[in-house]
Amino acid sequence: MASTRGFARPYWVALRYMIVATVVLGIAYPVAVLGIGQLALPAQANGSIVTVDGEPAGSSLIGQSFTDADGEALPQWFQSRPSAAGYDASASVASNYGPENPDFIAEIEARKAAIAASDGVDPADIPVDALTTSGSGLDPHISPAYANEQVARVADARGIPVARVQTLVDSFTQGRDLGFFGEPTVNVLQLNVALSQLEG
Amino acid sequence: MEAWLLVAQLATLVLVLAVIHRPLGDYLAWTFTSAKDFRVERGLYRVVGVDPDSEQSWGAYLRGVLAFSLIGVLFVYALQRLQAVLPYSLGFPAVPEGLSFNTAASFVANTNWQSYSPDVTLGYTVQIAGLAVQNFVSAGVGLAVAIALVRGFARRNTGTIGNFWVDLTRATLRILLPLAVVSAVVLIAGGVIQNFNGFTDVTTLTGGSATVPGGPVASQEAIKMLGNNGGGFYNTNSAHPFENPTPWTNLFEIVLMLAIPFSLPRTFGKMVGDTRQGYAILAAMGVLFVASLAALTAFEIGGAGTGPQLAGGAMEGKEQRFGIAASTLFATTSTITSTGAVNSMHDSFTSLGGMMTLFNMMLGEIAPGGIGAGLYGILIIAVITVFIAGLLVGRTPEYLGKKLGPREIKLASLYILATPTLVLVGTALSFAIPPIREDVESTSIWNPGLHGFTEVLYAFTSAANNNGSAFAGLTANTPWFNTALGLAMLFGRFIPIVLVLALAGSLAAQGKVPVTAGTLPTHRPQFVGLLVGVIVIVVALTYFPVLALGPLAEGLQ
Amino acid sequence: MSNLPSQIAAGLPGALRKLSPRLMWRNPVMFIVEVGAAFTTVLAIAQPFVGGSDSLAFTWAIAVWLWLTVLFANLAESVAEGRGKAQAATLRSTRTSTMAAKVVGYDPAGDPAALRASTQQVASADLTLGDTVVVVAGELIPGDGDIVDGIASIDESAITGESAPVVRESGGDRSAVTGGTRVLSDRVVVRITSKPGETFVDRMIRLVEGASRQKTPNEIALNILLASLSIVFLIVVLTLGPIAGYSDAAPSIAVMVALLVCLIPTTIGALLSAIGIAGMDRLVQHNVLAMSGRAVEAAGDVTTLLMDKTGTITYGNRRAAEFRTLDGVLAHELREAAALSSLSDPTPEGKSIVDLAATQGFERPASVDGEIVPFTAQTRMSGVDFADGRQIRKGAGSAVTAWAKETGTAGSTLFAELEESTDRIASLGGTPLVVAVREPGAPARLLGVVYLKDIVKEGMASRFAELRSMGIRTVMITGDNPLTAKAIAEEAGVDDYLAEATPEDKLALIRQEQEGGRLVAMTGDGTNDAPALAQADVGVAMNTGTSAAKEAGNMVDLDSDPTKLIDIVAIGKQLLITRGALTTFSIANDVAKYFAIIPAMFAAVFPGLGLLNIMGLHSPASAILSAVIFNALVIIALIPLALRGVKYRPMSASRILSRNILVYGLGGVIAPFIGIKIIDLVVSLIPGF
Repeated sequence: MASTRGFARPYWVALRYMIVATVVLGIAYPVAVLGIGQLALPAQANGSIVTVDGEPAGSSLIGQSFTDADGEALPQWFQSRPSAAGYDASASVASNYGPENPDFIAEIEARKAAIAASDGVDPADIPVDALTTSGSGLDPHISPAYANEQVARVADARGIPVARVQTLVDSFTQGRDLGFFGEPTVNVLQLNVALSQLEG
Repeated sequence: MEAWLLVAQLATLVLVLAVIHRPLGDYLAWTFTSAKDFRVERGLYRVVGVDPDSEQSWGAYLRGVLAFSLIGVLFVYALQRLQAVLPYSLGFPAVPEGLSFNTAASFVANTNWQSYSPDVTLGYTVQIAGLAVQNFVSAGVGLAVAIALVRGFARRNTGTIGNFWVDLTRATLRILLPLAVVSAVVLIAGGVIQNFNGFTDVTTLTGGSATVPGGPVASQEAIKMLGNNGGGFYNTNSAHPFENPTPWTNLFEIVLMLAIPFSLPRTFGKMVGDTRQGYAILAAMGVLFVASLAALTAFEIGGAGTGPQLAGGAMEGKEQRFGIAASTLFATTSTITSTGAVNSMHDSFTSLGGMMTLFNMMLGEIAPGGIGAGLYGILIIAVITVFIAGLLVGRTPEYLGKKLGPREIKLASLYILATPTLVLVGTALSFAIPPIREDVESTSIWNPGLHGFTEVLYAFTSAANNNGSAFAGLTANTPWFNTALGLAMLFGRFIPIVLVLALAGSLAAQGKVPVTAGTLPTHRPQFVGLLVGVIVIVVALTYFPVLALGPLAEGLQ
Repeated sequence: MSNLPSQIAAGLPGALRKLSPRLMWRNPVMFIVEVGAAFTTVLAIAQPFVGGSDSLAFTWAIAVWLWLTVLFANLAESVAEGRGKAQAATLRSTRTSTMAAKVVGYDPAGDPAALRASTQQVASADLTLGDTVVVVAGELIPGDGDIVDGIASIDESAITGESAPVVRESGGDRSAVTGGTRVLSDRVVVRITSKPGETFVDRMIRLVEGASRQKTPNEIALNILLASLSIVFLIVVLTLGPIAGYSDAAPSIAVMVALLVCLIPTTIGALLSAIGIAGMDRLVQHNVLAMSGRAVEAAGDVTTLLMDKTGTITYGNRRAAEFRTLDGVLAHELREAAALSSLSDPTPEGKSIVDLAATQGFERPASVDGEIVPFTAQTRMSGVDFADGRQIRKGAGSAVTAWAKETGTAGSTLFAELEESTDRIASLGGTPLVVAVREPGAPARLLGVVYLKDIVKEGMASRFAELRSMGIRTVMITGDNPLTAKAIAEEAGVDDYLAEATPEDKLALIRQEQEGGRLVAMTGDGTNDAPALAQADVGVAMNTGTSAAKEAGNMVDLDSDPTKLIDIVAIGKQLLITRGALTTFSIANDVAKYFAIIPAMFAAVFPGLGLLNIMGLHSPASAILSAVIFNALVIIALIPLALRGVKYRPMSASRILSRNILVYGLGGVIAPFIGIKIIDLVVSLIPGF
């Protein structure tokens, strides 16, 4: 045990310490939390899965895009915010555009034009969340303003009365936590699931 | 409206912290002063071969810190390099050498800078057995060093400042682990996942397919916040809905980031036998925090800049469920505590808003700063402040009864010299060496123009101050940034630790000068104001030119 | 003292000499400025050949003003040194070599006065430790020493400035003489106690010239802080080139040198050594010699002040305040007896008894027919034996009582009454002197008690209150009994007292205070004070004291005024405050300089930064030059403050801090905005700026 004396001593202690720490903090701790989570709160621990007809259709916390195979927005579904990740939850990413980035400015212009055209609204009235990408690229929410702005288009595309769609949007509009945390939101996936059931 | 929301959220936060800081601070003080070892701790000491009753000189304490950290770097490096053969790796290959070094340095230095995108780089084993372990122990090291410095102030005429292994063990087992378990369960209740499911593909309403990721996120998220680490399980960190699903989990995570840093002044006051001293430090931290938060929020609500003006607000890179107020509260907390987690993208903030996150880090992570590191950082500035103020009242300056002579001032001066040097030299080298500049401008910088410069400045500021957040447009997974930022993180972490422990040793060896009417009082609002003034002036003078060439030039148009 | 402009003129040659890099190197902050000045000069010379972005006039202007900045700093030091030099010259004149009569084979026992021993004439410079010399009236004392035999009046004006001669005699605490002082009367034998070249005057010359000035711990610490701030700013400026290069906004080298010089703490860097020299100088002007700058600073840190009661708190002498008769004794009996026994008592106490009696109707007789009985330590009483056999005795209660009992006096109530009276006086802090008279053949008759009172100097209580507000605890040291000590301590307003103090007690008290982390200052003059003086953090020896005391202390008060300790404390504090104030001012100045220089550097490339030009400076060139000029002129402007020191008034640390932060912190932020603007208005008149 000569090597455990003097200079090398703390390294020897550190090595053994690291092994113990890895077992306790790296294995026992997450496994214990896993056990508690899976036993006590399995729905949340497994990703707050939304099912349609018993089949998982996504997570209520992970945004999705409602587009066709070419990425064109489908007018009969409420659209999520623009996403730098294209709502690919296997690789979350943000645009990271700075405020003066010309590409950013061009994209806002393009989105404005596209929404104004598809939804038939004044470009000045388009809510900010409809024009900007989220931090996660997986934002499951839009603002009530953007949801309301889409009501007419969705009703029109589906051929159902605007009032029914509006009622649905209102019922899916969530206020702030405790009245002052965060912003009012509409969960797009849950709204669209309800929308699909409304028809069925 | 946003301003009102901010005030309400801040008031809630203050209330929560006001309630918890006292029991938590007292518990911390008890943890590090109690003579009793728990049975499980005694078992640990036997296994690793440590005598818990032996006190260490500052040199021995430092050797423990450095040995442990070196072993930690090697451990995390090895795990990444071996990823291909580890279980639960989700099929990811071994991490390349440069990136492995950067990540190992980053997590051991309590920085959690991520040059990689975890979603597509790391499997579960590296995350939990490598990174999460460092999330605990690097935080424990910071706490231990801070406590050693406090002992330096509290003790007299002694050659020892505690036992590193005991402090590390108690920090981890008595404080971080129990809090992390409880916090992880709370986070799961809010929707944070905890499973080993990998990626699940589902069929969407439109008939397309979507992916639901899995992972042991809650256990990682809890210690990531609590230990002011900040390294996200996912690439988009706490903006990701599985890391931070709701506005209330957002507040909970903010509380976790602030809980220990804002309780430590109480611990400090308790241990030096005068809680007023702790509250003065706390007040200085609080003033800086609130002022910075107010400025950042004002800039984001103002939404200046071509893009935000066109879009109708500064919502790029922000989540709808958080909005502006909950994003700026999180951003301020994260950058001013050395956590570096983000729930919104700082690169997309307004120019002056982004500058505030940068400024928070430039303060040196002291308001309240990282776990432990914040306390020792602000105590160093307090030493400098007391020195100048002490001269102003005509006495050889003394703080908490300890004379501040040439040795103490030398150590404190080197401390305040270290990080600015790393930040400025690192940034300058990125542009001074032609091939590097070529690479930085063509590969790494994402946003053109001044904003691109700010990305580089932010990277070095974040690394040297051990924050870990980024202007994330920067592609940092290049040989230059992996190496330079890796070194900046290690130097930014361990040079200050060497100096702090040396100072602790030098203070502990001193006697104590009694307080008289001629002693500069360091518990009054007067001193708090002076401390805040010195912090702001020193930081502003150091960084004014680079800020002028980045966010100021961009924002003042 | 001559006025400042002429002092500056006198200091100029020295300031130029100090430009030598070998000397500048010792002041890192100003060394950086000098390197910058040299560099800019080279740039200016080369500019016509290699070109540059700035105008030639601008580059030259920066170079010249940077040289002036260095020169002004050197000037501050030269002026401070110049003041000391004048004093040194006066002192040197006393050191002129004299011839001394050295005693060959001095025999202290057999021939203490060296009347029989042969002497030999040697030059004073050749005298060494342990030599013995004879000095007679009219001669200069050839070196520092102690009188071993004889008594003489000596003119010490050469070192103290005090023209009245002082008396020095062998034995006791008034035996030390200083080389260069003149014997006015009588003849003394002096044993030399200093080595050649290390006499008191030699040391004094070195001190006032600043030659032996060593940096104090506080000064070193401050230098470290200033150096590290300079390094931070050096890095800021060195990295600015490549960083600004990213935006193609790299400023010219001359501009970056200008920025660097404006940012580093030149104001305090330039004045730091002048402040230290001036601090010592102020002490010298108070006729106090500090053996090191460290002692001066320690004086500012003192938390406990030990003061001898006698001479410091009270007038040296007790005075008769009252005659207290015993039952059945007439007032005039006691008065007459006390006065008669004191007529030939030369001590101040004795005189005060006669004076008091005179005010109450005692008439001084032309002569007294009798024999004086002097006071001795054995009898502890004095008196007079008249030719008619009548005896009067006056002295300590126990001694006089014993004498009375010897003569057959009886009556326990009488003794009890007497004891009660003496105790009452003692408890008031007074000294009771019992007076008894004895007619021939009869037992002695106790008359009463003279109340000798210690008179506390006027204003002492308020000075101690001041000290208390500064956080300094005062402890009175006295040989009196605890009762007396307590009463005087209360009257004088000291915080504590040490009664019946022996030198060992004093030493123990100092050690005890120091163990609690306190810094102790004391004064002393006797040889038996030497250990305590050495132990104290600030030991002020009286110039009248013994060589041993002067050696042991770290300061010597030439006026031998023990209350000066309070002034010394104030001077120590003032020295530190001045350093702190100018450091604060220097750093606070940087804010305005940034607002002048940063927009000037970059507004051309980034017009938005023009918003930072809040002073509305005329042009980039004038803005930068104005900042540099301000930076140089502020040194000159602050030289008087550095030499005079920041005003110090005793008050709590908290209030001093508020005041100084307001003046030097806030003032330091605001002043340069105004100063730079005014200079810019002038510079803008120059064509090309």
